[in-house]
Amino acid sequence: MNPNDDDGQGRSGVARRSVLGGGAAAALAIPLLQGGAPAAQAAPVAEAASVELVTVKVKVNGKPVTVRVDPRVTLLDTLREELELTGTKKGCDRGQCGACTVHVDGRRVLSCLTLVATVDEREVTTIEGLARGDVLHPMQQAFIERDGLQCGFCTPGQIMSAVGMVQEGPARTDDEIRERMSGNICRCSCYPFIVDAIRDAQKVMR
Amino acid sequence: MRAYTFTQPRGVREALADAGTDTAFLAGGTTLVDLMKLDVVTPARVVDINRLPLRGITLDRDGLHIGALERMSDVAADRNVRRDYPMIAQALELSASAQLRNMASIGGNLLQRTRCGYFRDVTTPCNKREPGSGCSALTGINRTHAILGTSDACVATHPSDLAVALVALGTDVHLVSGQGTRTVPLDTFYTLPGSTPHLENVLRPGELIAGITVPRSMWAANSVYLKIRDRQSYEFALTSAAVAVEWRGRTIRQARIAAGGVGTKPWRLPAVESALAGQPATADVFEAAVSAAADGARPLSHNGFKPALLRRTLVRALTVLAESR
Repeated sequence: MNPNDDDGQGRSGVARRSVLGGGAAAALAIPLLQGGAPAAQAAPVAEAASVELVTVKVKVNGKPVTVRVDPRVTLLDTLREELELTGTKKGCDRGQCGACTVHVDGRRVLSCLTLVATVDEREVTTIEGLARGDVLHPMQQAFIERDGLQCGFCTPGQIMSAVGMVQEGPARTDDEIRERMSGNICRCSCYPFIVDAIRDAQKVMR
Repeated sequence: MRAYTFTQPRGVREALADAGTDTAFLAGGTTLVDLMKLDVVTPARVVDINRLPLRGITLDRDGLHIGALERMSDVAADRNVRRDYPMIAQALELSASAQLRNMASIGGNLLQRTRCGYFRDVTTPCNKREPGSGCSALTGINRTHAILGTSDACVATHPSDLAVALVALGTDVHLVSGQGTRTVPLDTFYTLPGSTPHLENVLRPGELIAGITVPRSMWAANSVYLKIRDRQSYEFALTSAAVAVEWRGRTIRQARIAAGGVGTKPWRLPAVESALAGQPATADVFEAAVSAAADGARPLSHNGFKPALLRRTLVRALTVLAESR
């Protein structure tokens, strides 16, 4: 999978997300941020109208942003629908799969169970914030070289979780990698190659 | 998710003002946000308590003090905890996933709700979620459910690993409300379901956990937490054992033991503790001591394996502890 395919700013200029972004996703953003839930389970409009919005100032991938949101909105939905950072994936939306993993103040957390109001005045890093310009993060590079993915849906969460894991302290054994990465589920079952990638990347990460 | 009013106070007094039956305190959010999305918990007010000064992991003459807002991962990594209370670090590290441990608070961990699938599914009867509606698990899928402390109204297990270790170590929980502060032993903080399974502890409406104190002891440093589950990681306990022993040579001077995955609350086992006191650490002693561990158990249609698994879990934990001396 080309890492630019889904980031809305592919060098080709016609990335999948930028096509979607002008239509459906943009239309979704307004009811989402006032209703607090995806369209399929949107709160009744009358109820939503009574909700007092909260202002959240947060630094995302080094850039300060301010959003006015319904206090029910998660960090995940804010990243994807308001800030158009769709690298972070919504898998289960129940804290069970790890696809939505991001870093808050340098710690790996689940953005689906984090209300965005609680990251006010904090720093968020998403998969879009890992590379330095055109130079991929060593973990991203290792996932490519080790083929640590098939469908790729869990991959941003796997990579963010793996970077967090190494920053907490390198793993000494493959079993330790498996244990410390157990919060990230891969339905394609690429686990052996994911372990290989992390073992490689932690040698070059500082 | 239902609409709620949302506040982010910086002081405890401010957080407790007007807090009542309709109020939910938000810390890590790993239980609350999940259950609000499922419509299982529907507070009218959510108070984000993360800015309150309920922090700190300190060790002094009285024991280990942990602020309610400390995160599971930070407590597990604390040097004093790892050295003097190893079973606490082990129970934490065997819980959930790394991401969830980075988020979840100690106070929230003690208040996490059961993983009974019927409790989480608003389309099915559940006395804990909807008092009087009935218990779907009694005759439903109940393989992971409790065998001790159950009632005809509820057979849900308490899901926390940490609470099992803390109950074994005689932990006190400090509560604060608009009426003042009070301290309650964690063991009696939790209540049995009886006919009111929606009430799980003695916390009053609007009352908040401020922190815990784990007393100093001659056994906490010699302790182990063993967790048995369907997969090796990221899963709740089928059974678990928190075992701490004060040794005199090769003899057990006294022991503190609690079990998880089997009870409707963390399950202290005083009869096993008494049976071990003064005994040599041998396999025969362990087998005899745990023989009555599941007395009074009421296995359900799918979890008849739990009494035997509990006894074996306890024997293995004792064996591991004895061999690590």
